[in-house]
Amino acid sequence: MNSSAKPTTATTNVRFAGLGGTGVIKASDIFADVVFRLGNETKKAEVHGMSQRGGSVQSDVRFGSEVNSPMIPDGACDFLVVMEPTQIEVVRGGLRAGGTLITPAEIDTAKLPTSKALNVAMLGRLSRCFDFPVEVWQASLRANFPAKLHEANDKAFALGRG
Amino acid sequence: MQPSQDSSGRLLLSGNEAVALAALHCGVALGTGYPGTPSTEILESFSALGGKAQWAPNEKVAAEVALGAAFAKARVMCTMKHVGLNVAADVLFTMTYSGVDGGYVLIVADDPGMASSQNEQDSRRYAEAAVAPMFEPADSQDAYDLLKVAFETSQRWQIPVIFRLTTRVCHSKSPVKPRFAIGAKLTAADTGAPTPDFVRNIQQRVMVPGHAKPAGRRLRAKIVEIENWNNTTGPQCVERRGAELGIVVAGISYHHAREAAPEASILKLGMTYPLPMQAIRDFVSSVKRCLVIEENDPWLAAACRAAGLKVEAKDDTIFRFGELSVDRVKRIVAGDSSPEPIPMRGKPPELCVGCPHRSSFEVMKELDCIVSGDIGCYTLAALPPLAAMDMMIDMGAAVGMGLGLRHVLPREQAKRVVSVIGDSTFLHGGLPGLVEMAYNTPSTGHVLVILDNGTTAMTGQQEHPGTGRQLDGSATYQVSFENLARAAGIRNVATVNPVRERAKFKDTLAEALGKDELSVIIARSPCILAAGRIAAWEKEKAAAAKTAADTPPAEGCGCGCGCQS
Repeated sequence: MNSSAKPTTATTNVRFAGLGGTGVIKASDIFADVVFRLGNETKKAEVHGMSQRGGSVQSDVRFGSEVNSPMIPDGACDFLVVMEPTQIEVVRGGLRAGGTLITPAEIDTAKLPTSKALNVAMLGRLSRCFDFPVEVWQASLRANFPAKLHEANDKAFALGRG
Repeated sequence: MQPSQDSSGRLLLSGNEAVALAALHCGVALGTGYPGTPSTEILESFSALGGKAQWAPNEKVAAEVALGAAFAKARVMCTMKHVGLNVAADVLFTMTYSGVDGGYVLIVADDPGMASSQNEQDSRRYAEAAVAPMFEPADSQDAYDLLKVAFETSQRWQIPVIFRLTTRVCHSKSPVKPRFAIGAKLTAADTGAPTPDFVRNIQQRVMVPGHAKPAGRRLRAKIVEIENWNNTTGPQCVERRGAELGIVVAGISYHHAREAAPEASILKLGMTYPLPMQAIRDFVSSVKRCLVIEENDPWLAAACRAAGLKVEAKDDTIFRFGELSVDRVKRIVAGDSSPEPIPMRGKPPELCVGCPHRSSFEVMKELDCIVSGDIGCYTLAALPPLAAMDMMIDMGAAVGMGLGLRHVLPREQAKRVVSVIGDSTFLHGGLPGLVEMAYNTPSTGHVLVILDNGTTAMTGQQEHPGTGRQLDGSATYQVSFENLARAAGIRNVATVNPVRERAKFKDTLAEALGKDELSVIIARSPCILAAGRIAAWEKEKAAAAKTAADTPPAEGCGCGCGCQS
């Protein structure tokens, strides 16, 4: 359900959604790391625990010059990154009018080095929406994954970023 | 993985991570607890930072181990979720009487909205009931800063204190500027932690009535002193904006309120028991309209009203249930009690693909069992499509509830009753139930199935006394479920793999149900998420055992002095 409330210019709201165990929270951790490194006030909210047992999971990242609640208000997401097609209709109401929806349909998943790297490819796609230096994204990916995954992640990120 | 860091040295930490870092910087000598969402990561983070952290079999034991250390002047923290405090409550209510000699912070994480809990109890009431000072941080920086105040309060007044978190504080990440750099080597002067030492004080620590009566009076006197301190120098702050609306709030709700009502003046409380009632009174009289914002129980509002303050509170017919949010606080401020939009239901959790519990419960369904169940991943077997668990209430209850069913049901139904419990849960609260089985045995006997998947799974695969590994992974004595059953006098004890030996599991269970005797069946098969780690450890253990067996004994007199005779 969309409300007509516009987000304050101070805070940008990005929500990651999908099913547990597929890297939704990891993706949100990396995005939060990127915006935090860039000097933003940053908060993220999610609920751990039962979601890993294949249930729905959401993680909110809010950043800007000021952030209060870590949870994005109803219908106020500027960006909604949904990693699992079955969850799109469930979470779509969180997007504000004019907000950006990113789904796996925008990724050429056949070209993924591994299906587990979908979340990184989605981050690549998301990176197009911001003017962040690509080096910061890459540094964050390196810092958040073990070395053996760096090469595959680079490919996946580039695939999404285009 | 290293925490996220910005150029000014701030870290982006979850509330749990912030508490762990604060504990390190406060010189906590020992952290104890039992896994419980949303508190679990505190001890895990503390251990990863180099702190001494231990999982106890349950929260009562955890609280007692911590108490011993606190009697010895150490600083300790004990972590648990809200229902865990129910288990530790027996310790809490009397240790406020005895007081402590070091610093004791009991960290309890509530779960408004029950993201992963069996009830929505409000642990703030424990502070008042047990007469323990309580702190409620609103975010990660607040948690980091307030833990220091909590330890200083505990040490100064020699009283255990409660540090109350909620899911959104535990699991949300926000920036933290720590007092010390990561990896800094800290001295006692840095942390303020005392040196452990035992000084006898029988009257203080032995709570026979003759000692407890004066202790109770001392406790009340301490609370009055602490309240005075809280009124004058306590960790609350006033954000002065307009004079039309004032909000009194603590915890995560502060942030929701700040965003929902930018024009409001806010009194944000830090120590919420004893409340700084004079400070609250001053604030209330400084605004035209004053609203108390809190989740779940109207506890704070009731306390203000009992002190004669004119404050508004949320409409509890709606807002008592679940957590608050920016939208809900807006509604409360506007007095809007219209029906809230119903969110679309997402996919509920289910057993992982490859989980051994599926097999176990399918067998029980095939045998038409009445299943008295317990808390863990296997609780998910109560949901469709399995729908194979009939009751679950609290940790360890499976055993007792099953016995109660057997004691009164007509024979044909009693013979179908099975108590089903996980490995960690059994050691937590099922052991006394095992003794009860042998002590007050139903005439039809009883069957207890222990689902041993080698880990405390639901909370993230932690170790427990049945895994043979401590919190940090180091090897330790491995408790045997089979031996425990036999030690309680149970003669029919069987171990079987419910996945690989499914037919044998079914036959064993059917046979046990057919007898009028006590049986314990250990259904052992590893949690699919922990299986790799368990296998690696078993391999390591086997290799170590082989090396020990192959190594010839060292030459020497055998006295251990190292001499060669």
